Amino acid sequence: MDPFVTLTAPAVPLDIANIDTDQLLPARFLKKPRSAGYGNFLFHDERKPGFPLDDPAYAGAAVLVSDRNFGCGSSREGAVYALVDGGFRCVVAPSFGDIFAANAAKNGLLTVTLPEDAVAALRRQLQEAPGAAVTVDLPTQTLTGPDGRPLPFAIDPFKKECLIEGLDDVALTLRHQDAIDLFDRRDAERRPWVVPGVVPGVV
Amino acid sequence: MTQQPRSLFEKVWDAHVVATRPDGQSLLAIDRHFLHEGSFHAFGMIDHAGRKVRRPELTFAVADHYVPSHSRSKPIADPEIANMVTMLEANAGRHGLRHFGLHDPAQGIVHVLAPEQGLTLPGLTIVCGDSHTSTHGAFGALAFGIGATEVSHVLATQTLWQRRPKTMRVTVDGVLGPHVTAKDLILAIIAAIGADGAAGHVIEYAGSAIRALSMEGRLTVCNMSIEAGARAGMIAPDDTTFSWVEGRPYAPKGALFDRAVEHWRSLPSDPGAVFDREVTLDAASIAPAVTWGTSPETAVPVTAAVPDPGAESDPVRAGQMRKMLDYMGLAPGTALEDVVIDRVFIGSCTNARLEDLRAAAAVLRGRRAVVPGLVVPGSVPVRRQAEAEGLDRVFIDAGLEWGEPGCSMCVGINGDLVPAGERCASTTNRNFPGRQGPNARTHLMSPAMAAAAAATGRLTDVRKLDLRKLGAS
Repeated sequence: MDPFVTLTAPAVPLDIANIDTDQLLPARFLKKPRSAGYGNFLFHDERKPGFPLDDPAYAGAAVLVSDRNFGCGSSREGAVYALVDGGFRCVVAPSFGDIFAANAAKNGLLTVTLPEDAVAALRRQLQEAPGAAVTVDLPTQTLTGPDGRPLPFAIDPFKKECLIEGLDDVALTLRHQDAIDLFDRRDAERRPWVVPGVVPGVV
Repeated sequence: MTQQPRSLFEKVWDAHVVATRPDGQSLLAIDRHFLHEGSFHAFGMIDHAGRKVRRPELTFAVADHYVPSHSRSKPIADPEIANMVTMLEANAGRHGLRHFGLHDPAQGIVHVLAPEQGLTLPGLTIVCGDSHTSTHGAFGALAFGIGATEVSHVLATQTLWQRRPKTMRVTVDGVLGPHVTAKDLILAIIAAIGADGAAGHVIEYAGSAIRALSMEGRLTVCNMSIEAGARAGMIAPDDTTFSWVEGRPYAPKGALFDRAVEHWRSLPSDPGAVFDREVTLDAASIAPAVTWGTSPETAVPVTAAVPDPGAESDPVRAGQMRKMLDYMGLAPGTALEDVVIDRVFIGSCTNARLEDLRAAAAVLRGRRAVVPGLVVPGSVPVRRQAEAEGLDRVFIDAGLEWGEPGCSMCVGINGDLVPAGERCASTTNRNFPGRQGPNARTHLMSPAMAAAAAATGRLTDVRKLDLRKLGAS
């Protein structure tokens, strides 16, 4: 995946709570190969007149600023592919669906969690000055909005490291191969029922 | 040295930690990995990297999302949908995985099939590339949904990096009223804490109302944990759990089962276990519920009216309510029982088990549905048992369709869609915009409530329907 270090780019505000992954990527596109370009499917059924992502004033936006519980619902990683292929590198919200946030990190999409009033203020600034840029600095964990005020954000250190390095975590895990093998051997003695035995047909 | 009291979650978590990093990330061993047709991205990733499945004997592939609800003897007409079903079979075959395919006598929705086959056991860690994997927590397993990259990681390593989530205990004491079900209970919990109320937490459901639930009811409750934003939901295993598991095809047998039960009895939370958050509900206060909006958190008693955004002081929230009402085609102040529906769907990993079908059939027996509807059992064994009990005849005689097992109209990707603009009384788990089809309008409810809506063509308080029938007979 592409590493994420810093980003200065236009941001688009979306005043909608509970944006679910069905909205981000309608289920009928789930069978498409990644090579189809998931950016075309992003918010496919929400693209009605007045939808901020289609407003030319927000053209080139790489940051999306939304409301609470962004990315709730289905675990489909395609929702993240749609954002990434659609040009987004960062989503800012007061809270995120847990699975979405995990998927985002695996694909170089930074999720920034900020207090509800700070995110609302950021959306207002972006509505008042369409096309304004925000700067996200991951090493210092700050996001600076159009008003120039740096907002510190928290992030899991492991996630931060993976994003900055663009790490493949299977390679990282395989460094623990011996620990995994040892665990498996001990667990087979401790909980021998975990591996299903011979199966006498079905119900 | 006395050990600190631990919760059910902490016991299961601690037993699976393979390694811990200084930054607090833990590498967790995974006991069960379930795959469905959507796993093709993950197989592509391990194939691309030249990696193998580390533990094929713990990995199970289930065709459920794209399988047709009708005419299974014929080939699937849509080539893209057919490809999803055959790709899973090919990937499972290539990696030597047990595959529950379209024509398998155990086939079903993965979250119905796995408990039924005894693959789901107390104390296990279970993952699947599906958010409703939380369902399996009903057995006291730690079960959660993951995305494609994590699926590929589990395929290759049988482990997953996780930060220890916070814990929340939801205690529901008392007795549920007549026709108030596990579905109403979980909808009430989601309405109380919000669609992100449990984000970052694992919920343990406790209290006398939870203990009194059957395994089917517990599966329904844990299934919708994700709709409150929870990482997972869990219920302590007890005799109800053990007697469900015993004798199932993949469950341990004989002395091994006895040894497992002895261990499982040690899993429930110790007295004095501490949770990051505690929530309590009174079972007696819960009514049959329906949702009015496009988030499960909009669940209200069916006796309520559509809320008024004008009464909301926060302008952003008011705007969001208006957007939901606009999508749902509802006017503020309308009594929910006056809302006319176009169709019903009874099925999904939330409500397609035998108990669910029995509850719906009990309402529809001797009645006609006044709207079209589809009933899709959760698995072939559920379907067979329902037919043995004559439930299929009740649905067919009422004018509803009786389908073949799968996810069907809950997510609509096998072609079972709610037409645009139509309003569906649905036993599923999500009422998101477009979930059951572009511009489809979904009201979530229990199987008995969906059956009642089918009989009247409106959102209906099943308790009143029952009384009317009794009065008339």
